[in-house]
Amino acid sequence: MKKVRGTVIIKDDSCKGCAFCVEFCPTDALHLSDRYNAKGYRLPELLDPEKCTGCGLCGLYCPDFAIHGYIIKKVA
Amino acid sequence: MNADKKAVLTGAHFIDGDHAACEGAIAAGCKFVAGYPITPSTEVVERIAARFPLVGGIFVQMEDEIASSIAIQGAVWAGKKAMTVTSGPGFSLMMEHIGFAAITETPCVFINVQRGGPSTGLPTLPAQADMMQARWGSHGDYEIIAIVPNSPQECFDLTIRAFNLAEEYRVPVLVMMDECVGHMTEKVEIPEADKIEVVERKFTEKPPGEYRMFDTNGSMVPEMVKAGAGYRIHLTGLTHDDRGYPAMSPVVHNKMLRRLVDKVLLNEEKIRHIEEDQVEGADVVVVSYGITSRVVLPAVNKARKDGIKVGHIRLITVWPFPESYIRELAKKVSAFVVPELNLGQIVYEVERCAAGNAVTQLVSHAGGAVHSPEEIYDEIKGVLGHA
Amino acid sequence: MPEELTAELEIPEAKNPVESLLRMERMPHIWCPGCGIGTTVNCFARALEQSKLDLDNVAIVSGIGCTGRVAGYLHLDSFHTTHGRAIPFATGMKLANPELKLVVYSGDGDLFAIGGNHFIHAARRNVDMTVICVNNLIYGMTGGQVAPTTPVTAKGTTYPYGSYDPPFNLPYLADSSGAVYVARWTTYHVRHVTKAIKEAINTRGFSFVEIISPCPTLYSRRNKLGDGLDQMNYYKENSEIRNGADTKEVGMDFQGKIIVGKFVERERKTYRQLMNEHLTNVFGDQFTPYEG
Repeated sequence: MKKVRGTVIIKDDSCKGCAFCVEFCPTDALHLSDRYNAKGYRLPELLDPEKCTGCGLCGLYCPDFAIHGYIIKKVA
Repeated sequence: MNADKKAVLTGAHFIDGDHAACEGAIAAGCKFVAGYPITPSTEVVERIAARFPLVGGIFVQMEDEIASSIAIQGAVWAGKKAMTVTSGPGFSLMMEHIGFAAITETPCVFINVQRGGPSTGLPTLPAQADMMQARWGSHGDYEIIAIVPNSPQECFDLTIRAFNLAEEYRVPVLVMMDECVGHMTEKVEIPEADKIEVVERKFTEKPPGEYRMFDTNGSMVPEMVKAGAGYRIHLTGLTHDDRGYPAMSPVVHNKMLRRLVDKVLLNEEKIRHIEEDQVEGADVVVVSYGITSRVVLPAVNKARKDGIKVGHIRLITVWPFPESYIRELAKKVSAFVVPELNLGQIVYEVERCAAGNAVTQLVSHAGGAVHSPEEIYDEIKGVLGHA
Repeated sequence: MPEELTAELEIPEAKNPVESLLRMERMPHIWCPGCGIGTTVNCFARALEQSKLDLDNVAIVSGIGCTGRVAGYLHLDSFHTTHGRAIPFATGMKLANPELKLVVYSGDGDLFAIGGNHFIHAARRNVDMTVICVNNLIYGMTGGQVAPTTPVTAKGTTYPYGSYDPPFNLPYLADSSGAVYVARWTTYHVRHVTKAIKEAINTRGFSFVEIISPCPTLYSRRNKLGDGLDQMNYYKENSEIRNGADTKEVGMDFQGKIIVGKFVERERKTYRQLMNEHLTNVFGDQFTPYEG
């Protein structure tokens, strides 16, 4: 089976810190960081890039269109 | 543009005002009617329902007047000409959507066959007591056009004009009939289709990238598009900017609102439609509209036989009110007599415009019947102390 | 992870795919942190993308309220109408141009209180449109008043001691009014929501998708249910997928079990089909069908 590597892009300014992405990431690749945006919302970040499969579920959950994931490579 | 030959029933007909209004709508190119049964307007939609399958239109009997008055606007934004028809309580239910049509500049026609009110009132009997509601019934500042026929022939002619004005100014146009005119049967001449002037919608020729929804390009009326044409428009009943996007700002609101009002008021003389009879040199002028104008005739004739110099003007367009016309006339005459089937509505517009230059006398009637000519004759005589 | 999750999202671009369907110049949107409406918009955008529809032919109509703002954020022909009247507006638009794909996207208060009459009649007529209801169980935009969906005992500002006003069971209402497709999911079930919307817009006739969604600011806070994430976890733990369930049995209790699934899928002729068939029978060659 192919292993899939992915990543996420986070728009700091759009995030409202709901943490849906962190909570429902199927591989627990995200966590809430110590960073806050200008509006005071705590931002998510990719905790373990190895874990991200680029499935994009975070983007489907994100009510603020602030994060999305995508596949960067497939390794055999 | 001319009317569609296949749809127009050219010839002489003996029909009532409701039926004539239906034929007027068809001749004007109306393809979508939504309505809800209510006396005394129902015959308009009944005839529409009977005629539309033969002329390629869609009639849908909606669940209420609220639905009817917004369904037509959906049809308009799909690119069609559309109208709804109602009376009394149904007209009250449509008020919010007259406002929606005004702020979204949706060209559409509302026919109101007036009956006695308030509430259920006199379902089968006439009144002219919705005239102020037509003008002010929806909340907020806005302008509409209201025209008032006094015969089945005019129900035909003016319904066509209503559609034309709606397209020209992108406003809801109200045809303010009444039970008498609606149910009165007379000869109605329907001209050849190519003799009927029909104003088509002005769709923009700009490509989607350049088009801004409420950009007027120096005119007062923006060009339209329709859904499905690739423009990806946004339409909202919120105060909006030139792009059509909501903008909660007093500056944007002021600009939008003043244009909505000005495009009607500054064109009042073009929209104006008044019938004059012996106004020149008159001492007294009777100001009437709709069915009441027909009762005025014998009263005026009788007064003239008495030697009174009495003129008669009939307001066919009531809104926008012909302010400058009445103002000027007030400087030349001594008195206005205003008979109407209500307890005083348009009389106050006349009085305001007379501005003390002429006496203004109401001849009120609570509705349910028309005035007797004598009531009007008495006021013509009495207003200047002729009695 | 299951392959279906990875396959469809293989979009190696830095741009969030939802953005192509949004009016980005209007962002950020007005919705609160933890509100689920934006999540439903992601699902809708994905469903539209997958449906392969010509997006120039999709018209979206909203009423008033928080969800009523959806139309204004979508880069489609979009109509933000009056309170409760999105469905009759859409009815007029669809009948006047049968080529358009009509989607009504609005909230529970808008669609089922002030707009309830229009919902049942459009379903009865089987007007070809999809109605998406984001059901947050409360009036959001006006500040947390009880809606016809608020579960009994839940508090709103107009029932400050808890509601005793019996709520609608929306799938049952849609089913019994004649909808040809009825599904309910929550904002936790993003893939199911996406699939349901795709199925609904591909179904000819009146289709209905209810999406239970958190309102952290007004519903959750007043009822001491935590934030949006807490509601999402409640959906996760208390939803039971029961496709084909009898809609009579899917009513909701306060913080109780939520029955989700595709409940109804059936065929009925649309209003336009019925009209054209009937008038052809009556008039034969004389019938002049509406040309659209």
